[in-house]
Amino acid sequence: MTEARPILLSQGRVIDPVQEIDIVADLLIQHGRIQEIAPRISSSEDTNRIDCQGMWIVPGLVDMHVHLREPGEEYKETIETGCMAAAAGGFTSIACMPNTSPPNDNSAVTKFIIERARECGNCRVFPVAAITRGQKGGCLTEFADLLAAGAIAFSDDGLPVADPAVMRVALEYSRNFKTLIISHAEELSLSRGGAMNEGTASTRLGLKGIPAAAEEIAIFRDICLAELTGARLHIAHVSTAGSVEIIRAAKKKGLRVTAETGPHYFSLTEDAVDGYNTLAKMNPPLRTEKDRQAIIEGLRDGTIDAIATDHAPHSVLEKECEFHLAANGIIGLETALPLALDVLVRQEGFAEADIIRLMTGNPSNILGISGGSLDPGKLADVTVIDPEREFTLTTEALHSKSHNSPFLGRTFRGRTVLTILEGRLVFDMLQHAYYMS
Amino acid sequence: MLKSRHILGISHLSPDEISFILDTAQSMKEIMDRPIKKVPPLRGKTIVNLFFEPSTRTKLSFELAAKRLSADTVGIAASTSSVVKGETLIDTARNIEAMRPDIIVMRHSMSGAPHLIANHVESAVINAGDGTNEHPSQALLDLMTVREHFGTLNGLNVTIIGDIAHSRVAHSDIMAFSMMGARVTVCGPATMMPPDPDALGARVCLDLNKAVKDAHVVMALRIQKERQGSLPLFPSEREYARSFGLSRAVTSELRKDAIIMHPGPINRGVEMSPEVADSINSVILEQVTNGVAVRMALFTLLLTDQQKLP
Ligand SMILES: [Zn+2]
Repeated sequence: MTEARPILLSQGRVIDPVQEIDIVADLLIQHGRIQEIAPRISSSEDTNRIDCQGMWIVPGLVDMHVHLREPGEEYKETIETGCMAAAAGGFTSIACMPNTSPPNDNSAVTKFIIERARECGNCRVFPVAAITRGQKGGCLTEFADLLAAGAIAFSDDGLPVADPAVMRVALEYSRNFKTLIISHAEELSLSRGGAMNEGTASTRLGLKGIPAAAEEIAIFRDICLAELTGARLHIAHVSTAGSVEIIRAAKKKGLRVTAETGPHYFSLTEDAVDGYNTLAKMNPPLRTEKDRQAIIEGLRDGTIDAIATDHAPHSVLEKECEFHLAANGIIGLETALPLALDVLVRQEGFAEADIIRLMTGNPSNILGISGGSLDPGKLADVTVIDPEREFTLTTEALHSKSHNSPFLGRTFRGRTVLTILEGRLVFDMLQHAYYMS
Repeated sequence: MLKSRHILGISHLSPDEISFILDTAQSMKEIMDRPIKKVPPLRGKTIVNLFFEPSTRTKLSFELAAKRLSADTVGIAASTSSVVKGETLIDTARNIEAMRPDIIVMRHSMSGAPHLIANHVESAVINAGDGTNEHPSQALLDLMTVREHFGTLNGLNVTIIGDIAHSRVAHSDIMAFSMMGARVTVCGPATMMPPDPDALGARVCLDLNKAVKDAHVVMALRIQKERQGSLPLFPSEREYARSFGLSRAVTSELRKDAIIMHPGPINRGVEMSPEVADSINSVILEQVTNGVAVRMALFTLLLTDQQKLP
């Protein structure tokens, strides 16, 4: 890898919630690191000076919940295509879930993922390892070995840890390493056979529903276990009003609980399923307008700490079929920021710095990874956003190998136009060229 | 004319379209009373009965309706079709489509399956029952039967008893009757009520006697033990029969002009006692007759211009 030219991002609005910066300034990147943020920076001849007037310069976005499908389901996504989608969406760090085939339940798989990501070189990938061997909900995986190999947290995501005693042991054991347990909260005996949210739309469509209680009972259970064990707990993909309330109460109590939600839970409701639209099928399912509002309030008051996409690629094979048979999940890396801008900033009046915090500093803090801020001296993971740039989401425009998005055809305002990883341009719509070196 | 070229559900029809279908069915019924019951309007047309679930009565009714209109029919049952070989539903539909049928009548165990097919074929698709979603031709024949009796549907009280949550007949009936101005009450064990009855247009009354008190129409649904799964939704048939079965004791309290309906086949002694099923108020066999007329009407409306109607 040759040393990249210095980059000067000129006269953009620099937003870094961690440093509490929100000013129009220049930002200089040299030797892969952030050199300086100042009103005016003079640059040398060989500097790549990029005009960022009217744009936002923010820390590289962090997505703590992604499914990359490799190894095992490369026809849906590979680490390479997933990383390209991440870069195009403005993400410089992503955490990938262990439900691959084979699952990431041993250090060989963890090392493989890290090695493949390093070869691709356009996004940092942090593997989340399985809590239990084979994600079967029984025996714990080798936490020490997995952490040594590079895993950064543990989750059986895709599946819940069904047995509360196993979850208790996992939380207790996590304390030895001060590591994080991420809970996919779902009470299977209530959700089994369900294909969408239980309620008005499921009645109308004659589909078996998944009640909100299936999620809320499981979240409450894991919060009780976190209190019992004193361990840290992170709740993945919060989708219901009741869940927000339970997490809010836990935080008030001082428990070490954090939570994330997906862009779809603050953008869509169960009505998106109408017409048996399998592109709106996911788990947890899209809920009601009341739930959507509660999710937004949870993001506003800090009950929900992070926006994470739960990027879940599936091919047409899994989606062009009977609704009951269709796979759960949607892709999200390339729509997360546009949705946050559309819904949270423009419709709901969130401060720009707040959505940046939810997509940078907060998730990197929860995971304990670098990045998430623009501190001089730090590795230069930087994203440039054009808040006015309009685009229509088409399959051709997607970098992900799969196109399972309910937002296809929607026109967005605002997107990532430049992504810099460790001082290298990995996505560039400003100078109309990709730099993949 | 109908707005859609498919009959996927009552939820896709307007009250005007429903009235139009019922009027057409009424004239079809006259054909059935003639000595020669076969008329030529659909000569040269092909109707495929694609049944992924076992069915005797509905399939027979559709077949008979097609034959009376001189259409050719082909039946494909799930066990003999290529679905078992791992072919996707869309592939199956495209293969059938390649043989150029005019109508595909489809029954499937999963809600929305006919809607999926309809997006991928040129033929008209008639939903003959999809999962726990809809069974529109059954609802239409029920409307026809009730309208024949009372001359109208508007203002009637209709009570449906049984597993409302898992019954496609109930779903279609609730929507159809309420769309036509009837007031629909549903009754049964609370474990069998839909999550949001309002979404369909029904009110729930868990007390059987209150539920049937002012009813013009009382419909009992078949208790389908095979649909119950591993978790039974009521303790025993005995208790169900005692609490929600239509017995003489219950029907003796009904309005004098009330009629008793059942989509069949009946579990005698469970949802309905034999005396009630065979009583003078029972219109169960008329429902069967009207089923053929309604299906003839649907075929005709989907395949011919309005002007050429018999
Ligand atoms: Zn999950």
